[in-house]
Amino acid sequence: MTRTIDTKAIMLFALVAVLFIGTGFVQSWNTALTIFNMGLISAIMALGVNMQWGYAGLFNVGIMGFVALGGLAAVLVSMDPVNEAWAAGGLQVLLGLVLGAATIVGAILTYSRMAPGRMRTLAMLVILLGGFFIFRAVFDVGVAAVEAIDPASTGYLGGLGLPVLVAWPVGGLLAAGAAWIIGKTALGLRSDYLAIATLGIAEIIIAVLKNEDWLARGVKNVTGVPRPVPYEVDLQASERFTNFAASIGADPVTFSSITVKLSYAGLFIVVLLALIWLSEKAWNSPWGRMMRAIRDNEVSASAMGKDVKARHLQVFILGSAIVGMAGAMMTTLDSQLTPGTYQPLRFTFLVWVMVIVGGSGNNWGAVLGGFLVWWLWIQVEPIGLLLMQGITGGMPEGSWLRDHLLDAAAHMRLLTMGMILLLVLRFSPRGLIPER
Amino acid sequence: MDFLNAIVALANFVIIPATAYGAQLALGALGVTLIYGILRFSNFAHGDTMAFGAMVTILCTWGLQALGVSLGPLPTALLALPVGIVVTGLLLIGTDRLVYRFYRQKKAKPVIFVIASLGVMFIMNGIVRFIIGVDDQRFGDGERFIISARTFREMTGLEEGLAFRTSQGITIVVALIAVALLFWFLGRTRTGKSMRAFSDNEDLALLSGINPERVVMITWLIVAALATTAGVLYGLDKSFKPFTYFQLLLPIFAAAIVGGLGNPLGAILGGFLIAFSEVGVTYAFRKVVTYLAPEGMEPEGLLQLLSTDYKFAVSFGILLIVLLFKPTGIMKGKSV
Repeated sequence: MTRTIDTKAIMLFALVAVLFIGTGFVQSWNTALTIFNMGLISAIMALGVNMQWGYAGLFNVGIMGFVALGGLAAVLVSMDPVNEAWAAGGLQVLLGLVLGAATIVGAILTYSRMAPGRMRTLAMLVILLGGFFIFRAVFDVGVAAVEAIDPASTGYLGGLGLPVLVAWPVGGLLAAGAAWIIGKTALGLRSDYLAIATLGIAEIIIAVLKNEDWLARGVKNVTGVPRPVPYEVDLQASERFTNFAASIGADPVTFSSITVKLSYAGLFIVVLLALIWLSEKAWNSPWGRMMRAIRDNEVSASAMGKDVKARHLQVFILGSAIVGMAGAMMTTLDSQLTPGTYQPLRFTFLVWVMVIVGGSGNNWGAVLGGFLVWWLWIQVEPIGLLLMQGITGGMPEGSWLRDHLLDAAAHMRLLTMGMILLLVLRFSPRGLIPER
Repeated sequence: MDFLNAIVALANFVIIPATAYGAQLALGALGVTLIYGILRFSNFAHGDTMAFGAMVTILCTWGLQALGVSLGPLPTALLALPVGIVVTGLLLIGTDRLVYRFYRQKKAKPVIFVIASLGVMFIMNGIVRFIIGVDDQRFGDGERFIISARTFREMTGLEEGLAFRTSQGITIVVALIAVALLFWFLGRTRTGKSMRAFSDNEDLALLSGINPERVVMITWLIVAALATTAGVLYGLDKSFKPFTYFQLLLPIFAAAIVGGLGNPLGAILGGFLIAFSEVGVTYAFRKVVTYLAPEGMEPEGLLQLLSTDYKFAVSFGILLIVLLFKPTGIMKGKSV
């Protein structure tokens, strides 16, 4: 396939680059890099969603759940195992989970093997109810034992103690597993149902993370997730580093934090570039053409012998895996898993704004949207505050309206994002960099 | 006597709260199902529409309270409710003009409407946070209880108390009135019949001279009334916090789908089904069973099937079961 150089796309990327560099000059390079790193992660999430929506037209509003699963993977892979907890009840918890899974599998097998009728319903009910109580009996004891082990600092099973980079693909795998379960049940129904099913599963994943303390400490948060890059204090302690900082005339403290952020950025860029390359390959391959054919006309695609449901399941799992990987990367960047911070507006709907604004059906568009919308999301707040200060400048000090407006400036970003989404959807529905 | 206590405990902790919650969900689900029936998309902004309506009502209530107006034992919010409905109605019709009408004329795919409703959701959420903030707001006043637990114990001499809060009583009465009005409107008036015709078969309705824009406008007005009422009742019963309204979206959708999207009767049924399962599954039945069990056989555990934090999982589980086995819902709804 011949590729014409898209000048508009290059201009847009240049504009985004100017925005970030401008942030570096106006605010600080530290801020600019912080936004840039999350921008990289947002771009990866947008790539994943674009795969589901742009390639196949699947409407997934459970992105938050997949991001959180990725974060869970980071904890489960990289934290050190808590040996006392394992000794106290680790095996019992695992046994409980196995029993729970066996119950569900048993019920599904009964459903598919027995002849339809009252007996089948009855058998399923017996298996589900009995299994549930056995599961609770085994599981609850184990959980209580694990959570009793030093609840202030651990109280959970810990992870495998592997390097945190391993967690990135594992995060993708976890998300893929969840996507398989959702896809099996909700794909093939009308599009709105998939939306609602994914919305629900995301809320449930967050509820599990918040409440299952034995898994990842729940709302007590897991902090100190190992880093793939050096710590600032270690850099500052290293003589070679401070000498280097002095030689280019930089403050060693600021310079160390910039170095750490740049190392993260380097890792993320490698992942992002690899994913873009793979996505573009997929898009231009026969598989990509088949996906678009299915998206544009399911009936004729299935008449051509394409298994629409299986392909949908496939692309749904792929996209979710990418989002899960981005979630693991985000937790690595934050060095902590805080289930309380997962909000659908921020993690699901904002990613949708990125994809729609950037250009659904175009990988570069999704990446551009990721950077641009993330930058806006961060910067709208200070801009809104400036605006409000401008508006309220003439008002008397301490007046009720003035205080209220200044407080409310923090909520400008939702309003702005909604406006941007509606305006792009209306006047440029194909996004900034449209599908080729 | 113990049997009576068990029933009272059950009524106090399960039946009454679940009925009130069910009524609120039913009103919300009716709004979702009407939009689905007439405009043919799932409106993700519905939770925030409820929050917006409740917010306007709260602001108006505060104004009335400041003026010293009150309804005596009833909450002042009931007086402010019509104002909330009118303002929300204007907002929804405005949104329709600015956002949805364009896509309707273009005959866009339903999923485009859903994405547009995401944008509307963002904006409404932003407006609500902008005006009233993200904190909990209390606006209930008047008598707190119809029957308080202590009066009930004194009245009956039972060990177990039964509290029936005013907000729960009002929820049930108002929901009954709203549903009766809605069904009277849909079944008896000319406009209501034209709405049903439009929902059943759009082309045929257009051929018989029904003005689609008028049908759509009236739908939005009814949805505004239902959503505001649901939002205010929920706020009176629990408390008003913008974020919880967004989270209500899931049980409301579950109720509408379980009942059969586009089917008003199904929405009511679905609302109560979801509410009773949610409360029933997350309630610790220890107290009730202790009353019923013979001496010395009292249960040791809490007898709680799931912790309250998993209430979303309950509505979701029911939703999944219905989607798997009966995708059109209990009462036959639309499935495109």
